Amino acid sequence: MSYHTSLWPLAAVLISLVGAIPILLSDRRPNLRESWTMLIAFGKVAIVTTMLPTVLAGGGFEFVIAEVVPGVPLALRVDAMGMFFALVASILWFFTSLYSIGYMRALKEHAQTRYFASFAVAISATLGVAFSANLLTMYLFYEMLSLSTYPLVTHEQNAEARRSGRKYLTYILGTSIGLALPAMLIVYSLTGTLDFKVGGVLAQSGASAETLALILVLFLFGFAKSGIMPFHGWLPAAMVAPTPVSSFLHGVAVVKVGVFSILRVIFHIFGPDLLLDVNLGTVITTIASITILVASLVALTQDNLKRRLAYSTIGQLSYMVLGAGMLTAAGMTGGLLHIAMHAFGKITLFFCAGAIYVAAGKKYISQMDGLGRRMPVTYLAFFFGSLSIIGMPPLGGFISKWNLAIGAIESGHMVLLVVLLVSSMLNALYFFPIVYRGFFMPAAEGELEGVKEAPTFCLVPLSITAICSLLLFFWPTVFYRLAQMAIGL
Amino acid sequence: MSTSNLHIYVMAVPLLTAFFVNLLGRTSKVWIAPLVVGSLAFSSVASLVLMGRVMTSGGFSYTVGNWVPPYGIELVVDHLSALMLVLISVVALFASVSALKSVEQELPGREHLFFTLYLILIAGLMGLVLTADAFNLYVLLEITSITTYGLIAMGKGRAPLASFNYIIMGSIGACFYLLGVGYLYLMTGTLNMAEISQTLPVIGGGAAVATALAFILVGLWIKMAFFPLHGWLPNAYSLAPTGAALIVAPLMTKVSIYLMVRVMFSVFSIDYLFLQNPLVDAVIVWGAAIAIVCASALALAQKDLKRMLTYIIVAEVGYMVGGAWLANSTGMTGALLHIVNDALMTLCLFLAAAAILYRVGSLDFDKLQGIYRKMPITMAAFTIGAFSMIGVPPTAGFFSKWYLILGGIEGGHWEFVVALLFSSLINAVLFFRIIEIGYFHKDGEHHGHETITEAPLQMQAPLLICAVALIVIGLGSGPLVEKIITLAIPVGL
Repeated sequence: MSYHTSLWPLAAVLISLVGAIPILLSDRRPNLRESWTMLIAFGKVAIVTTMLPTVLAGGGFEFVIAEVVPGVPLALRVDAMGMFFALVASILWFFTSLYSIGYMRALKEHAQTRYFASFAVAISATLGVAFSANLLTMYLFYEMLSLSTYPLVTHEQNAEARRSGRKYLTYILGTSIGLALPAMLIVYSLTGTLDFKVGGVLAQSGASAETLALILVLFLFGFAKSGIMPFHGWLPAAMVAPTPVSSFLHGVAVVKVGVFSILRVIFHIFGPDLLLDVNLGTVITTIASITILVASLVALTQDNLKRRLAYSTIGQLSYMVLGAGMLTAAGMTGGLLHIAMHAFGKITLFFCAGAIYVAAGKKYISQMDGLGRRMPVTYLAFFFGSLSIIGMPPLGGFISKWNLAIGAIESGHMVLLVVLLVSSMLNALYFFPIVYRGFFMPAAEGELEGVKEAPTFCLVPLSITAICSLLLFFWPTVFYRLAQMAIGL
Repeated sequence: MSTSNLHIYVMAVPLLTAFFVNLLGRTSKVWIAPLVVGSLAFSSVASLVLMGRVMTSGGFSYTVGNWVPPYGIELVVDHLSALMLVLISVVALFASVSALKSVEQELPGREHLFFTLYLILIAGLMGLVLTADAFNLYVLLEITSITTYGLIAMGKGRAPLASFNYIIMGSIGACFYLLGVGYLYLMTGTLNMAEISQTLPVIGGGAAVATALAFILVGLWIKMAFFPLHGWLPNAYSLAPTGAALIVAPLMTKVSIYLMVRVMFSVFSIDYLFLQNPLVDAVIVWGAAIAIVCASALALAQKDLKRMLTYIIVAEVGYMVGGAWLANSTGMTGALLHIVNDALMTLCLFLAAAAILYRVGSLDFDKLQGIYRKMPITMAAFTIGAFSMIGVPPTAGFFSKWYLILGGIEGGHWEFVVALLFSSLINAVLFFRIIEIGYFHKDGEHHGHETITEAPLQMQAPLLICAVALIVIGLGSGPLVEKIITLAIPVGL
């Protein structure tokens, strides 16, 4: 694969970072400020899609920012895997921006300028992670994302937000400094490079199996954004944030940055062959399986809708890690694909949760009886989203789960297949009652008087992402191709 | 003015200006600001030019008044001392711009006295990094210490007592150093560093030389506040007038680290330090690891921003001592890079603290509630300084920590690696505690500090430049290491 130097990757990352400045400066003019947000969001999608044909044709782009450490520059590179994630993130950011405007204005939230500016920095960091050419650059953007999302998580600035913010940073920053940073330094001292290479860089280092296992575990837990247990506690706590933040950051960007980082390390630092040689795949699949089952069970017990979605996310994230850990072609493809499929599905569900809160002020599932008949579009979208997460046709989630199941069979570990099936059942058990209550249970007397659909700015994005989930079942080609290219097929 | 003597002018201009500040400042204080800022601006530019010359044509030594060593005073300008000159003069320049404001507020009518000592201190620091003579080093060390005692004693309340404690400890340190030099003089018959280092291998090791090394190290460790010899520092630095802390906190400990490195390699040798006495460096690295952990833990217990920062300084001393004694070039690179980075990030944080103090009047954590809304620009810069202390890329602090940890891994000193990671985590806790206090505000508190506004431009400008410099130096740490620091590390390490 050949990469040529270009400013495109830099532009893709910087457009929203630089864009935060006019957003901050238009503090007193909300309409102008939101125009900036939409302009940047559109520009971002445009830049990313401009690069898409080249990547699909087997090419790519590179840009070196600075030589900071011998052998490890701060550098951006657009390859298939990065493009895959960037495409998902930039498209969904566009819809989230639309949704944010509707949500924040409907609720008359305070400090909206800070909100939109932090969001812009966060999406820059997300694309930075996607387009990092090496581990050091990825670590940089990973931390940038942790820090830029702190003001978003603590947006309400009350005692609960303060507690959640503290928990958020303790988990995320604690693991990245305490575990991922030393792991990265050990890799560097073993190999002298941190470059992402197809086939990995650790194979030639001659490190012992114990050392490799140590590095692997440090990375798995070090990137705690992926919500792998026992470092998942920050995610339900972070649900205190405004819903657009939960939907985009804690359904898509932040959590998938964690998974993406782990997948990068598995694919391009270790290399699947090395992990097969030393039989470390089972370490990954075991840790992921436990998280999948426990998180799904906990999700069943949650009455707060956003918290239930959060636990569902924790479980689904580990599907992706599980797929990668299978170390078979279908498993790894499925793991990557699930990043996209879950993203479209979960963001729809969060958008719906937010729409319900804006329209009816409800947070708890037990209070949502009969709401579906008042908000049919929202509930239909919710139904689509949950089908996709469960993995039923005809929705995108089916494609990734199908690949994961084949991967499990290929890997010869039938127990993984059982984990997938049991978890899918649990998914259905925690999603269907919500829809059922909405449509078929009668509302309490006078409870839902005057409740109607959420504002258009909220309704349109959630409908579009739901439709996207549907379309991804019929036309997954672009993502499918990118995922296959990413694992070297 | 001939440019070949540039290093002399770099040092002499602040020294001579000190007297004019005292004389003219008595008549009218309008003289003070232009004299101080002018002389330091000159030194900054001149030291940058000097740095450029060293980078193109290499280092050189200079004999003052053409008196050849060992009789005359020899000065050495190499990559490391040129870098230190740039660091000292630039930090002093930024600090002084902000200090002019704080001193005007805190010491009205005594500005000329303050800045006289201030400039002599800076000239002394510059002399320290240039000298190639073990005894002159002692003299200059005392010049900087005595001026610092004076500056600290100008503070309010218990500052004179803190200064007195510092005098006692500082004098003990100086005695140790002088005794060590005395031993070396007895053994070698010379005080010139280059000549001592040529003679030492000839006379071999021996108990006397080892004692000399031990005394010199202990002396310098007291001066740099290496835990557990740090007792004097927190009080002295937090009770000092803000203007004095601005210059003393970023520079004094860092220059002492430089002196330790200078003594290690210009007087003794790699061979002597790391091969003939293999256990010594292991013990010192362990000591540094313990120092880092303990000082970080002590920082957690503080309830005042400035006191917290002073304990962080003590922890950072552990970083650099440990890095220098890891006995590999990666660790040494980390230690030297950290001298530069730590000076700048300490300056950044103290400049922010000075700006807050100027407006709020206190640095108690309780008083910082809601400060982000009141002083957004100051706090933005503070946040960058905090990130650098935590070690968040791409700020400068990350990259020196990178080399230090890597050096620890290469040298197999896992205790040092763990201590550094622990300290990073503690720093994260420390600074996010403040960020949290500043970002949130008391429930229902919307009155009280409404009068607090952004700090004056004169305090903001150096702070902002410093914060930006932290990022620029972080991104430029590749060239900085490759073109300057690598060349300052002795061959064979």
